[in-house]
Amino acid sequence: MALFDLRLQDVHNKLVGKELTVADLVEASYTRIGQTDEAVQAFLTLNEEGARQAASELDKQLQEGGERGLLFGLPAGIKDNIVTEKLLTTCASQFLRNYDPIYDATVVKKLKAAQSVTIGKLNMDEFAMGGSNENSSFSPVRNPWNTEYVPGGSSGGSAASVAAGQVYFSLGSDTGGSIRQPAAYCGVVGLKPTYGLVSRFGLVAFASSLDQIGPITKNVEDSAYVLQAIAGYDNMDSTSANVEIPDYTSALTGDVKGLRIGVPKEYIGEGIDPKVKEAVLAALKVYESLGATWEEVSLPHTEYAVATYYLLASSEASSNLARFDGVRYGVRADNPDNLIDLYHKSRSQGFGSEVKRRIMLGTYALSSGYYDAYYLKAQKVRTLIKQDFDQVFENYDLIIGPTAPTPAFKLGAQVNDPLTMYLNDIVTIPVSLAGVPAISVPCGFADGLPIGLQIIGKAFDERTVLRAAHAYEQHTDFHKQRPQL
Amino acid sequence: MSITLKDVEHVAKLARLTLTEQEKEQFTGQLNAILKYAEKLNELNTDDVEPTSHVLPVTNVMRDDVVRESVPVETALKNAPDDEDGQFKVPAVLE
Repeated sequence: MALFDLRLQDVHNKLVGKELTVADLVEASYTRIGQTDEAVQAFLTLNEEGARQAASELDKQLQEGGERGLLFGLPAGIKDNIVTEKLLTTCASQFLRNYDPIYDATVVKKLKAAQSVTIGKLNMDEFAMGGSNENSSFSPVRNPWNTEYVPGGSSGGSAASVAAGQVYFSLGSDTGGSIRQPAAYCGVVGLKPTYGLVSRFGLVAFASSLDQIGPITKNVEDSAYVLQAIAGYDNMDSTSANVEIPDYTSALTGDVKGLRIGVPKEYIGEGIDPKVKEAVLAALKVYESLGATWEEVSLPHTEYAVATYYLLASSEASSNLARFDGVRYGVRADNPDNLIDLYHKSRSQGFGSEVKRRIMLGTYALSSGYYDAYYLKAQKVRTLIKQDFDQVFENYDLIIGPTAPTPAFKLGAQVNDPLTMYLNDIVTIPVSLAGVPAISVPCGFADGLPIGLQIIGKAFDERTVLRAAHAYEQHTDFHKQRPQL
Repeated sequence: MSITLKDVEHVAKLARLTLTEQEKEQFTGQLNAILKYAEKLNELNTDDVEPTSHVLPVTNVMRDDVVRESVPVETALKNAPDDEDGQFKVPAVLE
């Protein structure tokens, strides 16, 4: 088995057993990137000097012996909307192409404390707006399983880099499905934690009431390790949840006997690719064989979720992205006539078309005369969507369905039709609006492209989500398949 | 409700965006399609429904008003496109 296919625990054992050095891992990571990234385009910025320096320091510590955490020395990739001190953070936008942050995001600080090594910054849809990575203003990411296909988005670089074996794990961010959907398309494991579990401090804001950082890994066990490292209250994030962080790995017992699963009929009905539905039903059979039970349930407001989401997320985005004015950071346009013209020119030259479209939609929805009809209405429907989940969770431990209605599509297939593109998120968006945790795990293939199973839990019940995902994984080998690159 | 080219121009001004003629036309069509889709929400009676702005019961977080270490001026200005005398520099606002 190649070095980059190993579980975190196995790599860790090799490190502490002195079979490997951190420098070996870092070099293996850059070698793999050198071999594969021309085709995949997952990375925007490499941290070669910093990573090599970190490796030599960590190797010195390793020589001294002693206890090391599980993420010690492990190469990681960070989505490029998470700020990293002295390492470019562009959000895949021309506007921030020269942005050199003066601080580390809380999650980056936590990974540094856990002594993992940042290999570089990962490509994404500009400002996390998109579901295919075609909105990166530098280069679209390609799906490692078939480079003519999209990797999903917006954390496409984060998912593709793990699938391609370039890093052991990555961080992504999820606003309406941006961790789970690319994880599904790329055949890896992507976890969106409960809103508020992981600090957003240093995550460039898209839609603040929905944004959440989470891990992308090759398997569920690794996901639990990374979540353990990044979860926790942070007084630098005013929406950080002050809850006790449980031990996630001890939840991975393999035992799902008696677990009650609800399967929303809306998630396996019209608009869902038959091959995706078949893979989900096969996964439910696995759960049955393990002693869990499942029943069809209803989340009746599912069909309203996409409209609700695009109004709310775009409104929040139009407000959040007002900070990009060409005054304090980012690229300023040349020769403005006056201050207002400086804003206009800098923003118009710096933002790509999807970002402009969402700012326009959000500005309209919040503008005088339309606020009640669009923004307030959407906030009310959000309440109904959340209540759907609350009601199902009164009787069930988990909700299971697909992560996306179809496998990955071809590059260019949907670029001129934003609405169709938005509908790819129909089964991830309701979960985001409800704020509950969900994981995507590989559950099959259609024509050589991976399919993702979405396991949704109650707020702050990541342990049950991880337990169920892990138990499934023990009885299937989809997560062990690797793309040929 | 449908959006006209004039509405798009007005909203662009509010959002401090200058759109090309082609962008204006494209956005008029696309925003109309998206908003038409969003009208689906009107099928639901929400008269007695409270809006959700946050899923967590968040309230304002207060801290004591004590002086803390802050970012040095030169660090804060590191990414400034233009600066002078320790300040961000912009074109003159007052004549």
